[in-house]
Amino acid sequence: MIQIKNLHKSYKMGSNSLHVLKGIDFSVEEGELVAIMGSSGSGKSTLLNILGMLDGADSGDYVLDGVPIENLNETKAAQYRNKFLGFVFQSFNLINYKNAMENVALPLYYQKVGRKERQEKALKYLGQVGLKEWATHLPSELSGGQKQRVAIARAMAAEPKVLLADEPTGALDSTTSYEVMDLIQKINDDGNTILVVTHEPDIADMCKRIVHLKDGVIVEDKKIKQVRASAYV
Amino acid sequence: MFNRDRWTEILQVLTTNWFRTVLTAFGVFWGIFILIILLAAGKGLENGIRADFGDIATNTMFMWSQGVTKSYKGLPKDRNFNFKVEDVDALWDNIPGLRYVSPRNQSGGFQGNNNVLRGLKGGAFSVYGDYPEIIRQEPMDITSGRFINHSDIKENRKVAVIGADVQKSLYEKDEEVLGTYIKVNGVNFMIIGTYHKSNANGNNEAQQDIYIPFTTFSQVFNRANNVGWMAITAVDGTPITILKEQIFSFLKERHTIHPKDLRAIGHFDLFEQFSRVVRLFGALEFVAYFVGILVLLSGIIGVSNIMLIVVKERTKEIGIRRALGEGPWSIKKQILMESIFLTIISGMAGIVFGTLLIYGINYVLDMNGPIDMFANPNVNLGVVVVALIILIISGLLAGFIPANSAIRVRPIEALRSE
Repeated sequence: MIQIKNLHKSYKMGSNSLHVLKGIDFSVEEGELVAIMGSSGSGKSTLLNILGMLDGADSGDYVLDGVPIENLNETKAAQYRNKFLGFVFQSFNLINYKNAMENVALPLYYQKVGRKERQEKALKYLGQVGLKEWATHLPSELSGGQKQRVAIARAMAAEPKVLLADEPTGALDSTTSYEVMDLIQKINDDGNTILVVTHEPDIADMCKRIVHLKDGVIVEDKKIKQVRASAYV
Repeated sequence: MFNRDRWTEILQVLTTNWFRTVLTAFGVFWGIFILIILLAAGKGLENGIRADFGDIATNTMFMWSQGVTKSYKGLPKDRNFNFKVEDVDALWDNIPGLRYVSPRNQSGGFQGNNNVLRGLKGGAFSVYGDYPEIIRQEPMDITSGRFINHSDIKENRKVAVIGADVQKSLYEKDEEVLGTYIKVNGVNFMIIGTYHKSNANGNNEAQQDIYIPFTTFSQVFNRANNVGWMAITAVDGTPITILKEQIFSFLKERHTIHPKDLRAIGHFDLFEQFSRVVRLFGALEFVAYFVGILVLLSGIIGVSNIMLIVVKERTKEIGIRRALGEGPWSIKKQILMESIFLTIISGMAGIVFGTLLIYGINYVLDMNGPIDMFANPNVNLGVVVVALIILIISGLLAGFIPANSAIRVRPIEALRSE
């Protein structure tokens, strides 16, 4: 599903340049649930941003679902993001003046899905995360866990190839974190490919594979036995 | 464009901060309001002045003979000459593009002696010997009877048309005027009509004239075939200002006057005066547009500023949308439409309020009767259409910079911003 070869990325900080990713080789099969771990500054978020086409790499190859990702202009990148990727952020990033259903329907709007179908789909995905009754509520009326579930529903609504989650539990307490991980595991059980960036070991243990980053290189890449989050809920 | 979701969103964004939206809108509202009011005021002034000119044939000049100041072909300078009746036909035959040529002789007037008598009453009035066509060049309302006609001219009838003030001086109130006689310089004339000039231009002697047939005047006052004065009107589309040089050289030739003798023929060019006034209106309209558009511009800059702030506030939201797959063009379009929508709504409000104010002014003017030099201020549909086009363009301009700044930030930075 994802193939990355010799990926480099550096940031210019004034006259200095900060080499963040120093040759990443990495691939993900369909249906995997991968945790990307590392201390802050290890480059894990940068890697996720490049995978999410929110940022461009300096050099290296990136192939997503057989499509080489290169020479993207903003319009093209937006299309690919819409078609291939779903994002879940640490700070939820819901649009605060739109209610839960409108938030979930947003990526469908960009796919030019008709209004009625959009609403039906949005309600369906809200139902899957257990928030059907909250459809007309604004984000400010939802708890943190609920917000993140709306965000996951939004990410899934476009039926992406890959779900990218950047510290999805970073702003949640542990009980809610496990609820969210339980949801992510269930989505993975349905065959979806998911990448989770986290620095919490217990969250990483709930994935099927852990990739350790340190100073811009992969230091460890191992398959693990998944801990089911439902045991803690 | 007609996308329900887009419009929902525009309304959502603009209504989040009502107070700010209204303040911003006020700038544009005020600009278009001022523009409409200025244009209407200019139009009102123009209408007023045009009404003062009335239906005078404006493509007209008046000319009279003065002393010859250059010797020519053996003739001395400092001699007098007169236009002749034959000049009129010669002008018709030789100058193309003439509409009316009215010769005139005059006596009395200018605070002269009492030259008109009726019984015990009398007064000093200007007496004109005229052709019937003069009424087209110097319009007057015939309040009773008729004006001079060609039969009067042909038969040298001793008839007269008198002004309202003449009637007031010579007759009692309610006294029958038509068919009575007045004595002008000792000669009896029968009154066949009375007139009133509506566009008197504040000239209080306008109603104190007496018109008699030109031929009668020449005969009874011994003017032979001399003509003191001519009113010449050219056909529409041929300015008399251009034609007059041709007329002057033709007449100088006929009367053996040096071609470069500029003082031999005196004239007054009404068309030139009128053109000057018309140019003044052009200038007024230009000033109205200039001031109005500058005021509007400051309103537009206000909109642009606020849109920049809105975009800044929504940076994160725009980042989220782009992460979810909204294309840059769609974002740009959204911002531009918000800006155009805001401009058009506030501009329409300005147009409506401006029009209401004009309506009110017209109402007051109608109630209180006419005012000198100002009548019926209005803006026509064309101006409103122009204003709308200006609004759409300015909305585009106002949104352009903010829209560009919205998509200039890379999505990754937009997402990080708080």
